[in-house]
Amino acid sequence: MEGFWLQVFSGLANGSIYGSVGLALVMIYRSTHHLNFAQGEMATFSTFVAWWLIHQGWPYWGAFFATLALSFIGGVLIQRVVLRPLERAPVLTNVIVLIGLLLIFNAMSGWLFDFNIKVFPSPFADGWGTKYFSAHQFGTVGVLLVMLLALFAFFRFTSIGLAMRAAAQNPDSARLVGIRVSWMLALGWGLAAVIGAVAGMMIAPVVFLDPNMMLGILLYGFAAALLGGIDNPWGVVIGGFIVGVLENVLGAYVIGTELKLTVALVLIVATLTLRPDGLFGKKVVTRV
Amino acid sequence: MNKRIDRKWLWIGGALVLVALLLLPFLVKNYRVFQFTLVIIYAVAILGLNILTGFNGQFSLGHGAFYAFGAYTAAILIDRFGVPYWATLPLAFVVCFVFGLLVGFPALRLAGHYLALATYALAIAVPQLLKYKGIAEWTGGVQGIVLLKPDPPFSFRLFGQPLNSDRWLYFFCLAVAAIMFLLAWNLLRGRVGRALVAIRDHPIAATAMGVNLPAFKSLTFGTSAGFTGVAGAMGGIVVAFVSPDSFTFALSIFLLVGAVVGGLASIGGAIFGGIFIQFVPNIADAMSKSAPAAIYGVLLILLMYVLPTGVMGGLRKLRGRWRARTAG
Repeated sequence: MEGFWLQVFSGLANGSIYGSVGLALVMIYRSTHHLNFAQGEMATFSTFVAWWLIHQGWPYWGAFFATLALSFIGGVLIQRVVLRPLERAPVLTNVIVLIGLLLIFNAMSGWLFDFNIKVFPSPFADGWGTKYFSAHQFGTVGVLLVMLLALFAFFRFTSIGLAMRAAAQNPDSARLVGIRVSWMLALGWGLAAVIGAVAGMMIAPVVFLDPNMMLGILLYGFAAALLGGIDNPWGVVIGGFIVGVLENVLGAYVIGTELKLTVALVLIVATLTLRPDGLFGKKVVTRV
Repeated sequence: MNKRIDRKWLWIGGALVLVALLLLPFLVKNYRVFQFTLVIIYAVAILGLNILTGFNGQFSLGHGAFYAFGAYTAAILIDRFGVPYWATLPLAFVVCFVFGLLVGFPALRLAGHYLALATYALAIAVPQLLKYKGIAEWTGGVQGIVLLKPDPPFSFRLFGQPLNSDRWLYFFCLAVAAIMFLLAWNLLRGRVGRALVAIRDHPIAATAMGVNLPAFKSLTFGTSAGFTGVAGAMGGIVVAFVSPDSFTFALSIFLLVGAVVGGLASIGGAIFGGIFIQFVPNIADAMSKSAPAAIYGVLLILLMYVLPTGVMGGLRKLRGRWRARTAG
């Protein structure tokens, strides 16, 4: 029984990472209705930047926040430079461009920081972990919850947050009342890059840092986002916990560790076909 | 008048290309022959993807999975059942057609991004699935399956070069590719092709015109997977080795890159796509290990801005301009 609880708790810790990645995906999906396939590679690249800063002798938290700032700027720039001209382009064009971004970021990580696997430090000193939760796992879940609260406060209590929600919900009316919709999308991309960077820096101490680190994790992030309902941030975080626990428990007792990615595949396809709006999502009805 | 001259030149050009294709393997070294064979194989795989994405507007970021299924079907049939290599191709088509239908059926409910996501998940999960211990008896697990290259049925020398197994496989794949392209051309130029394009451009209008949307969409998925599966089977035979790690997510992306570079919704574009994904990484590899991916990425984005119809679209535009000039 103790083994079972161990699996559940480490699943919860992983789940908070998947939830964070899912949250980053939601940021972009809510405003542009695109699934950002490049999210994982963007996060990996941010993590490499943090690794480099730490390597230069920066203190961990200094590097952490500097990376967040750089990621935000990078995310905004990507939207302004690469995606803005395609705002009204067909879906196919957008997916192909996002795949292009995925390739570019992956190549840049490998090119600038080489393909060797690197150790990434954890900011949460060991020693105060419990039997079930290590210090790093505690920290990961805590960081996710803090981030979620900060986002909630941002969207709920600031005027920019309100403008972003308006731009996402009804772009035409938002433009009429003077909101610069295109810039709101850019802010959404910036926020997504920041959230992704946090997820990357939290998972890197566990899986080690290399350019392909996020490939599988992004898949779990998608599964979390879909399961929770891709337009509902709270749902996505819960979805992340569910996916994390399912993955760990199924991996340990039912199907073995080799088929863990297939769990994500099955979850994604099953959610999309059986309950496309996820567990907590809003039903989308379009008029033809 | 003008049209007849056009047609005459078309025949002459076609004949010249055919002769060049037949002589090509005797003019170059073995390794180059192998590379040209891979170009042909990729062209067929891209053709499959193009039928689905270009003509029918359904996404797939996971066609590498069907390529892998095709290759494994061929390898298992040859290795475990002693089936002759040429007989595995139709079977690979059938197997992948069925797999494609299975994927295509839920795909009916998924539009745009979601289909891209589901196939993306498939592409990432496949290498792990192939390593699964339960089927290792068939698939050889992590080690994969090593095959023997088939010997040519007859032999002769031309320009001092013998017809060895590499050259024989080149001709074999060329013949298969010719059949597949002819099939695709016949399928797409008529009623079926029009229905597919109508579904892509306006599904609701297409339904109103009496196109059976679910049947066409899932059958297209099956056919497309079948084409790519045949390419995979040829790939398995030519490389003479299949293993889970040769069919990673990157393969699916390469096929997509090839389809986009050659030109979506054009049959001939697949050939340019095949040439591109075979030779550009070789050239770029000389610069840096990560250069191919970077070049692919930049090119994908640039093409979407500058030439969304790919090489074939560019050629068509050039020809249109030339025609306009000669006519005026």
